[in-house]
Amino acid sequence: MSRQTSSLFSAALIGPALIGSVRKLDPRAMIRNPVMFVVEVVAALTTVLFARDLVTGGNDLAFSGQIILWLWFTLIFANFAEALAEGRGKAQADSLRRTRTEMTAKRLKGAGRAYETVPGTALKVGDVVLVEAGDLIPSDGEVIEGVASVNEAAITGESAPVIRESGGDRSAVTGGTQVLSDEIKVRITAAAGSTFVDRMIALVEGASRQKTPNEIALNILLAGLTIVFVFAVASIPSFASYAGGSIPVIVLVALFVTLIPTTIGALLSAIGIAGMDRLVRFNVLAMSGRAVEAAGDVDTLLLDKTGTITLGNRQATEFRPVSGVSAQELADAAQLASLADETPEGRSIVVLAKEKYGIRARDMAGLNATFVPFTAQSRMSGVDLESASIRKGAVDAVIASLSGQPVASRGSNAALAFQPAPETGAVKEIRAIAEEIAKAGGTPLAVAQDGRLLGVVYLKDIVKGGIRERFAELRQMGIRTVMITGDNPMTAAAIAAEAGVDDFLAQATPEDKLALIRKEQADGKLVAMCGDGTNDAPALAQADVGVAMNTGTVAAREAGNMVDLDSDPTKLIEIVGIGKQLLMTRGALTTFSIANDVAKYFAIIPAMFLGLYPQLQALNIMGLASPQSAILSAIIFNALIIVALIPLALRGVTYRAVGAAALLRRNLLIYGLGGVLVPFVGIKAIDLAVSALHLV
Amino acid sequence: MNLNGWIQIALYCAVVLALVKPLGSYMTRVFTGERTLLSPVLGPVERGLYRVSGIDARQEQHWLAYTGAVILFHVLGFAVLYAILRLQAVLPLNPADQTAVAPDLAFNTSTSFITNTNWQSYGGETTLSYLSQMLGLTHQNFLSAATGIAVAVALIRGFARASSGTIGSFWVDVTRATLYVLLPICVPYTLFLVWQGMPQTLGAYVHATTLEGAHQTLALGPVASQVAIKMLGTNGGGFFNANAAHPFENPTALSNFVQMVSIFVIGAALTNVFGRMVGDERQGWAILGAMGILFLAGVLVTYWAEAHGSSVLNSFGLTGGNMEGKETRFGIAASALFAVITTAASCGAVNAMHDSFTALGGLIPLLNMQLGEIIIGGVGAGLYGMLIFVIVAIFVAGLMVGRTPEYLGKKIEAKEVKMAMLGILCLPLMMLGFTALATVVPAGLAGPANAGPHGFSEILYAYTSAAANNGSAFGGLTANTLFYNSTLAIGMLVGRFFVKIPVLAIAGSLAAKKTVPASAGTFPTHGGLFVGLLVGVILIIGGLTFFPSLALGPVVEHLAGAAGQTFATGG
Repeated sequence: MSRQTSSLFSAALIGPALIGSVRKLDPRAMIRNPVMFVVEVVAALTTVLFARDLVTGGNDLAFSGQIILWLWFTLIFANFAEALAEGRGKAQADSLRRTRTEMTAKRLKGAGRAYETVPGTALKVGDVVLVEAGDLIPSDGEVIEGVASVNEAAITGESAPVIRESGGDRSAVTGGTQVLSDEIKVRITAAAGSTFVDRMIALVEGASRQKTPNEIALNILLAGLTIVFVFAVASIPSFASYAGGSIPVIVLVALFVTLIPTTIGALLSAIGIAGMDRLVRFNVLAMSGRAVEAAGDVDTLLLDKTGTITLGNRQATEFRPVSGVSAQELADAAQLASLADETPEGRSIVVLAKEKYGIRARDMAGLNATFVPFTAQSRMSGVDLESASIRKGAVDAVIASLSGQPVASRGSNAALAFQPAPETGAVKEIRAIAEEIAKAGGTPLAVAQDGRLLGVVYLKDIVKGGIRERFAELRQMGIRTVMITGDNPMTAAAIAAEAGVDDFLAQATPEDKLALIRKEQADGKLVAMCGDGTNDAPALAQADVGVAMNTGTVAAREAGNMVDLDSDPTKLIEIVGIGKQLLMTRGALTTFSIANDVAKYFAIIPAMFLGLYPQLQALNIMGLASPQSAILSAIIFNALIIVALIPLALRGVTYRAVGAAALLRRNLLIYGLGGVLVPFVGIKAIDLAVSALHLV
Repeated sequence: MNLNGWIQIALYCAVVLALVKPLGSYMTRVFTGERTLLSPVLGPVERGLYRVSGIDARQEQHWLAYTGAVILFHVLGFAVLYAILRLQAVLPLNPADQTAVAPDLAFNTSTSFITNTNWQSYGGETTLSYLSQMLGLTHQNFLSAATGIAVAVALIRGFARASSGTIGSFWVDVTRATLYVLLPICVPYTLFLVWQGMPQTLGAYVHATTLEGAHQTLALGPVASQVAIKMLGTNGGGFFNANAAHPFENPTALSNFVQMVSIFVIGAALTNVFGRMVGDERQGWAILGAMGILFLAGVLVTYWAEAHGSSVLNSFGLTGGNMEGKETRFGIAASALFAVITTAASCGAVNAMHDSFTALGGLIPLLNMQLGEIIIGGVGAGLYGMLIFVIVAIFVAGLMVGRTPEYLGKKIEAKEVKMAMLGILCLPLMMLGFTALATVVPAGLAGPANAGPHGFSEILYAYTSAAANNGSAFGGLTANTLFYNSTLAIGMLVGRFFVKIPVLAIAGSLAAKKTVPASAGTFPTHGGLFVGLLVGVILIIGGLTFFPSLALGPVVEHLAGAAGQTFATGG
């Protein structure tokens, strides 16, 4: 899938969109959109009347003809907006479809490696297939055996391969992606036609698009307004006859079509498709439009600490020696113990020792050192040298090792390291330092050399740059952030304070998460969260917006209503922004559309009734040239404004993270007041053009 | 326009505003079932009433049950009133020997009074017996007002409650509205009116001989008691044909002032009840603010138009303001103010002939009603009508803050929008639909007294007044015909129930919803921005619907008049 953002009106999209907009005139398709359907009905009726007049000879045929022409243009412009929005998705869908075609699968016959080659479409849920290096994974599934690097560029656009392995949280694979190395056995979890890629194609094409709750409500409002204007216009012939005259049908139709909210009616579905499309471009797949709307309404964001709020790993920030030991000495020992430690924490100790104390990296082989790796039992790692034995690890574990408790180790000088040498003063001191560090949200790492405690390395969770500002923005938008972490409450509180989240849930279990979501929802709030593990699935399903990471398990992906292809939990914040932008665009264009009516009345009413009461010329405040040019100008404006607003509908209105009051003031000024004023200028300008060109 | 006029207008607004909080606080206590000052006296009466009618006051109703009760109450009220009117000749208290009311007029009048419209196709003193006035009309003046308040309170509960299956008990609401709100005000109010010179007697009409020796019959009756509730309950049905222009129905400038205050007071205070019950008084003030802006704009235009008169009259040497159809004891300012108040609220009492107003002066009363009588409005009806517009305004613009629309923590969704649109739709259908009919059929065309745009305005005004449940008459229209009596009655029924039922549906739907707590991301609905938005939506949706009809009526009349053109009768 192409990551380039294609320009709104690229030639490749416009051609098919134009064809699509004519094809969409089919009334069966139009009826989905009540406002435009009504326009089509009156356009068809007036066309029939016009044809009759052509034969029998009527008055003002050129004028009527032009009005009718613009009625049809109005419809085509509306369809064009929708077709264009769909077209942008279709381009993406086509490239997806290419990856899917002609796939074959190696379906395993039994427990062994024997397989038969079948087409990908013949696979059923529960089949197990073998995927070897270079093969495309035939359908969605779960790795049940093996580990492989997989290129998922086809769906994520990210060319760096990812690891997929059986068990754990990285077991889900997606049909259409390619295994680069090794081989895996995959149990198919999606039937043909309902795979991830299939759903994605359907989504971006807008084929499976259903109206969202808010769209339905908005359609009711628009239909209601249309009926109101039916009453307003349908009563005019009687009024005119009372005044001793009559109004041509074509003029009534022109008034009616300009009054009903065609602008928003025409752009409503394009706005929805474009919102979905923006998410897709952002590498997030929403399983329904409802989820996108819900994102805009979110009140509470549950964010995992690791990866979202903090960088994934803790880093050494300080050496805290016990009394009698210099920081230089502690740094030296810690660096030695970490030289062979490839964990991010270990590397950060080496980096800190170099930056702060100028201790250079040393060659392990030259020192004749043996690395002692971390084990879950010892909870320590270290290095054994000829002259010394150094250990670093959890404070309790290191202290315990000093008191001579048996600890598994492989060093030849192990006995040396664990001399029972209870330095009670140093132990107390270490504990005090450790507690202080823990209180500040850090992790203490004790270092001991040859049974002597040297001090503590201060490992700190590094809060992501700029995240504090993001949370402040969210707060302004009225969204509460809750940090979820497995850390103890003390540590959690410190990080929460540093990151500026509103609340935190410490030592969180999946049940805690679920309970928190339920509690928030009981208060009437909408909750968004992201997760990847199978144990996140219940919470993802419960949340109003559950974003599953693409790297996550099948269970998580099924439970969430969005999937983030980049597996970046920070995106939750942007998803909320996109949801809000979608709703704002809808509101802005509705307001604009309705506000437009004021000017249209002032264009058409005096023109319409001038024959009955010449005094009404006083209402022609725009000074339009003639009644016919006034009516024609209004209907032309009404059609052209749709085209003019297509870019806005597709791009969305500019969204800024400010409070609702400021947002409302700004948007009311632009789209409300602007909506009242723009058509006065527009209609006048068109009228000047119409009379200059002698169109009537 | 003079200082005296401005002072009257300013004083009026100040008095109404001063009453909002105390009455709002009192009514809130009444409708939340708390003890009030009057509970020691009225509590036993109330409990006695429940016991007699077998009502369990704690038993709340689902919105459908509530609606059922409202409809049943109206049907029974209609039956009783219709029977009284038809049988008045054989019933007691008929000193003037009035005959039975004709079927179509009885239908029209019964409909009119149960719907709080009080459109009168008859003259009270020439048509109705004292029993009909008292037991029939005054009785419905109380109950139709109480019903309006009850429905408004039910809607307020919809906003105030969360996850609730019920919206209160109609029987309790209507009893409390009558017993604790309307009656305690009406009793001293009646005495005040009597003091001002209003008749309150069951005695027969008085025959008098004037100084010139002419014989005159002075119609009397239990006027004061009916006028009190007529104003307070925004009913507006006059005891006499001339309504509040009649010296016995509005004797002094003071009685005029107090009557004007009493038209607005409950409607204005209900906005405060709304604010209190939803837990934020500012919400009530915002609504009252939007009403106030529309009201003052209307007063300004009407007062200006009447004070400037018309160029046609000026050409006959009648310079200065337009005093045609106005009482000299009230003058231009108080007449213009009264006209705007009575049409802004759904009262319909008149102290001057609206028909004789200048074109623009007559346009405002017409527009006030076309907007749906939401500027203070009828007791209860004004608030719920306004809240319908609030729902639409919130829905249109609320999206612009990037959330699905919410008002007071309630999400506005398809059901609310559907019901709100239904409530809005029925008014133009009745007003424009019937006007369109009457302007083409002979039975309709026979009605207006004037030709040209003014005649058109007379017809439009009648249907507008009926559907909006106002009841004021422009005058000039001969409405006591089968055609007008029946079409106007239909307009009144639709205008009442096709707003009330959707409102109760909204109340039920809202009550069942959770309340989303407000945050910085919530659409703020208590500030000037919201008030401006609300006024804009009302003018655009409400106003534009009627723009063509207004253009062909008062607007063209004004423009023609300015050019010195008149329209001959029969022309």
